[in-house]
Amino acid sequence: MSDPFGQIGQFFLNLLTGLGVEAGLASFLLKVAGAAALATGCLFSTFFLIWAERKLLARLQDRLGPNRTGPFGMLQTIADFAKLVTKELIFPSGVDRPVFLLAPLLVVMSVVGIWAVVPFAPRFIASDVNVGVLYVVSVGSIGTLGIMLAGWSSNNKYALLGAFRTVAQLVSYEVPMVLVMLVPVMLSGSMGMVAIVEQQRSMWFVVLAPIAFILFYITSLAENGRAPFDLMEAESEIATGYNVEYSGLMFGMFFVAEFLHAFTIGALATTLFLGGWLGPGVDRYPLLGLVYFLGKSAVIWWSIIWVRMSLPRIRIDQMLALNWKFLTPLALGVVVVTAVADKVGPAGTLGRTVVQLVGNGVVLAFTLLALRAYAARLRNRPTLATPPAASTSLGAPAQ
Amino acid sequence: MTPLQIVFLFVAAFTLLSALLVVTRPNLVHASLWLIAALAGVAVLFVLLEAGFLAAVQVVIYIGAIAILIIFAVMLTRRVMSDSGPQVNRNWWGAALSALLIFGGLLGLFSQVPAVGSAFPAAIANADGLLEDLGRSLVDVNRYVLPFEVASVLLLAAMIGAIVIARPAAREEGEE
Repeated sequence: MSDPFGQIGQFFLNLLTGLGVEAGLASFLLKVAGAAALATGCLFSTFFLIWAERKLLARLQDRLGPNRTGPFGMLQTIADFAKLVTKELIFPSGVDRPVFLLAPLLVVMSVVGIWAVVPFAPRFIASDVNVGVLYVVSVGSIGTLGIMLAGWSSNNKYALLGAFRTVAQLVSYEVPMVLVMLVPVMLSGSMGMVAIVEQQRSMWFVVLAPIAFILFYITSLAENGRAPFDLMEAESEIATGYNVEYSGLMFGMFFVAEFLHAFTIGALATTLFLGGWLGPGVDRYPLLGLVYFLGKSAVIWWSIIWVRMSLPRIRIDQMLALNWKFLTPLALGVVVVTAVADKVGPAGTLGRTVVQLVGNGVVLAFTLLALRAYAARLRNRPTLATPPAASTSLGAPAQ
Repeated sequence: MTPLQIVFLFVAAFTLLSALLVVTRPNLVHASLWLIAALAGVAVLFVLLEAGFLAAVQVVIYIGAIAILIIFAVMLTRRVMSDSGPQVNRNWWGAALSALLIFGGLLGLFSQVPAVGSAFPAAIANADGLLEDLGRSLVDVNRYVLPFEVASVLLLAAMIGAIVIARPAAREEGEE
């Protein structure tokens, strides 16, 4: 029982070679089958994720949520899916057909592709590439391309506006996200996902780099395009945005990508900062690692839904100002602190840990002071005009 | 033929075809999409050569940044949906000449690589070590730190230039 996933792979390999398939071809076929199984599994899990998210949203809003189709409404997503599949795929006039068809594929691909390097449990990872973190960034950037093409090929000005907003948002927030992803890389000394998890045996990186974790969380929310960063599909402003002309299953693919991305953020945050599959007893029973991993990811995923339900959408100037004037400098500061601590001593030594924690504390103190000064300036800023005496407008001061 | 060779031939043919379509498609956005396809093909070739780092960098920089920039520029500058203008201008001979020169130069360079003669290049023994060496050489004073820093200063200058151009000339309006 020490290596169940390896044993399954070995079993199928033996089966194929027993059928007379050449060894090299057999392992190649097995890899193709593994990739297909992982991708299909991810996509099927969205059936459950969408139902769970709708149920959670409903509870947070004091509603019941889907409860008619099947036990606890669990079959609701399948019913919705059946509806989407049977709907007509509408191609408006002037649509650039091949690009229009390609865009949802790219968006789904960019999310499913990330799961290729996610370590579920010890020795249970599709591909432990030594540049795992860089791979995540590169695959994620393909999604931007897909959304952009969707907006452009639709021949609709609202779709194009949504696409422009998307590029402004996704490309901007990628900068601090990549910067803070460097922090676990520096702490572990590797870009491989398995090595990053293994290095957290003594201490999770969320303790050593709390600011980096929060920054990763915020920027991931923006990359996902969820509230409060859902400017790219603002129903009230630009008639939904980049996917306004999509119908049927092609719209469903954007939908699936967004919901799967929310859980993917949980998986990445767990791997990079929360110790991945590490937990008590995981070395004896590797399957326990899967439970720990999914549990930690689910907590992050749940908090994303909570944020989505609690915060209103921010304006586009606020979105850009937050990124370039606040998150990016902070991310640079955290990276500098981690680099300085890296020079103090090897990983795990007392000196390095102390420098790391004190540095984070100093950065945090400066951040809070800067925020306080900013808030004070906002409070004291002159109002546009002195309000009339008997004002009834909501924005006017009391006197 | 091993599966690897079949995949290689397929990807190589796909890359070449995409590169051809980049220059022959009349629609600029389609051309840039084929450019992305060609760049992705090169990334897959890197993967087949077990150069995972180069493959990831290829996707991040060329597809994630440069191709998106090109598409963005095309979308913002021209009415490409109905664009069917001439595909060549009078500088085509210069472009053809430089392409030929680069191709010849690369061919000459590759003919000096020892692995070119062998049927199938052997796998690199210490790929991670090579990667570490690449990283160290970029920050080593005796090696490539100067070109590396010059490149970053160039990028910084371009960024400042863009900000200067985008800035309104005087404080006409706005709170900032």
